[in-house]
Amino acid sequence: MAVLTYREALNRAMTEEMEKDPNIFLMGEEVGHYEGAYKVSQGMLAKFGEKRIIDTPISENGFAGVGIGAAMVGLRPIIEFMTWNFSLVAIDQIINSAAKMNYMSAGQFPIPIVFRGAGGAGGRLAAQHSQSFESWYAHIPGLKVLAPYTPSDAYGLLKTSIRDNNPTIFIESEVLYGSKGEVPEGEFLIPMGKSDIKREGTQLTIISWSRALMYVLPAAEKLAKEGISVEVLDLRSIRPLDEEGILTSVRKTNKVLIVEEGWNVAGFGAQVAYLIQKEAFDYLDSPIERITQEDVPMPYAANLERSSLPSEEKIIKKVREMIK
Amino acid sequence: MSQPKTKKETEDLLELYRQMLLIRRFEEASAKAYSMGKIGGFCHLYIGQEAVGVGAISALEQKDYIVSTYRDHGHALARGLEPKSLMAELYGKKTGIVSGNGGSMHFFDKKKNFMGGHGIVGGHISLAAGIAYASKYRGDGAVTLCFFGEGAANIGSFHEGMNLAAIWKLPLVMICENNHYAMGTPEYRALSVKDVSVRAAAYDIARDHIEGDEVRKVREHVRVAVERARRGEGPTLMEISTYRFRGHSMSDPAKYRTKEELDKYKQGDPLIKAEKDLLSSGWAQEELTKMDEIILKTVEESVDFAEKSEEPPLGWLYKHVYAENV
Repeated sequence: MAVLTYREALNRAMTEEMEKDPNIFLMGEEVGHYEGAYKVSQGMLAKFGEKRIIDTPISENGFAGVGIGAAMVGLRPIIEFMTWNFSLVAIDQIINSAAKMNYMSAGQFPIPIVFRGAGGAGGRLAAQHSQSFESWYAHIPGLKVLAPYTPSDAYGLLKTSIRDNNPTIFIESEVLYGSKGEVPEGEFLIPMGKSDIKREGTQLTIISWSRALMYVLPAAEKLAKEGISVEVLDLRSIRPLDEEGILTSVRKTNKVLIVEEGWNVAGFGAQVAYLIQKEAFDYLDSPIERITQEDVPMPYAANLERSSLPSEEKIIKKVREMIK
Repeated sequence: MSQPKTKKETEDLLELYRQMLLIRRFEEASAKAYSMGKIGGFCHLYIGQEAVGVGAISALEQKDYIVSTYRDHGHALARGLEPKSLMAELYGKKTGIVSGNGGSMHFFDKKKNFMGGHGIVGGHISLAAGIAYASKYRGDGAVTLCFFGEGAANIGSFHEGMNLAAIWKLPLVMICENNHYAMGTPEYRALSVKDVSVRAAAYDIARDHIEGDEVRKVREHVRVAVERARRGEGPTLMEISTYRFRGHSMSDPAKYRTKEELDKYKQGDPLIKAEKDLLSSGWAQEELTKMDEIILKTVEESVDFAEKSEEPPLGWLYKHVYAENV
């Protein structure tokens, strides 16, 4: 089994898919000559040329729209946002055009497009460059939303997204690009709507995804040493959601903590909590708890940034309270 | 070019006149049905602007693409979409062009390369650039024609779409149908330049500007831009000056303009112009009246069809939220 970084896994997924299908192209700021602001498209311009690896000017609304228009007539664009923070100027195109086109046209114009790029919080990038948008996009019918944590998941889910006939919001974590993990040899796909148990446990389920797992998994490790057995469920796919996977774990452990990097109010964890209380209320031994980013724009100061995000300490403290 | 000179030219004008008259009568019937509460939502009529849509679309081939705005009835009819399915769509029936999912603002017809019907002002401009981008990517020789109003020329999507189309030399013809009012805001209060096509200079692309009251003149000018695009010489930004005789939508009494102004523009009604040209080149009034009767019957049939059609089954509510993966 090869060990790849998260960015290498994404690169491999795109390269393999582009080799197979000439309708796929990659478009975005600095994806070509610069080889990607986060080097995700390294080597791809040399391999595929300027026709298929397309540098754009700074105009997210414009090139998101170009991708959607091209998808209307059967191409399969991958649109990279340098960061998801910049997707906000393209959000009209993503919501009003990409998500609704198939519906408005009664199935005449499906939009097979992947919007991908760096998301999430951290790195002392402050308020405008450090935020999580999974909840925003998950709100919209017509979109699919994915947020992988491991290189292997990133590879398998990106390939599935590229082959999907719907607009997919593929949110990578910018602090994970250099993280390494085993990626099985040979091609494989990971279906959407399938969560993954990253750690088995019996006393409490932590539901999380993407970079928040950086805090969750070590916390679960430490708790295990205290004799507290935590199951860690990585959603990976926010929409469609693996309702069965969530409920199965909850019915086994009877306690739930949801950890997300996004904000609390109207955050996606609230939707997960609703699902659990509705479908597995009788299995719950305590109220569902959530740990999220604090309800503030991201501060720059290192200590304040740290304190605004979920952390190992917060998770351990909360689990201890819940297990008591 | 007002008066046709040969028999062929006369017949050509007659066909264009027929298309404009169909739009006029269809829209009059839509207005009536709207007033009766049969049609819901917004309903933006095209009455007064017919020469632009008919002239421009008649310059295209079947392989070319059309991207329209929320004021899309006229463009759809000019492209040959079936009046029955359009009227049924306005009624929200299952026999509508998009099965009642879209209504007035969202006509789509893949078979005719009619690419919508888009409700966000100017948002469709970069989509049009994307369709043109795909033509260039594939080398299929198709041209994309995008209509928008002068109000859309101030939105970011317009500037981004134009810049991308220019740097990539996309086969795109942008037609600003300047009807002088963005809803209730007159152009002089909203546009930094009087003539939107002047903005072509900012993108170093070709421009054109004409009055849109003569259907054959519109076609000749659009044809030049379409051929330029087909030769790979990039986009053109055109302004075609026109006027809507009704308000912005059916809910707008248009009190922001004077009766005198409206009367002045009605003198330049493109249908009256075309009719005069036909009469002076030898067509009898009764032949034109007979044509009108046939069109009125077609429109009546479309209303009847819409009235009698069923509403979409409730089981279709979730149909088409996602495309199937096959």
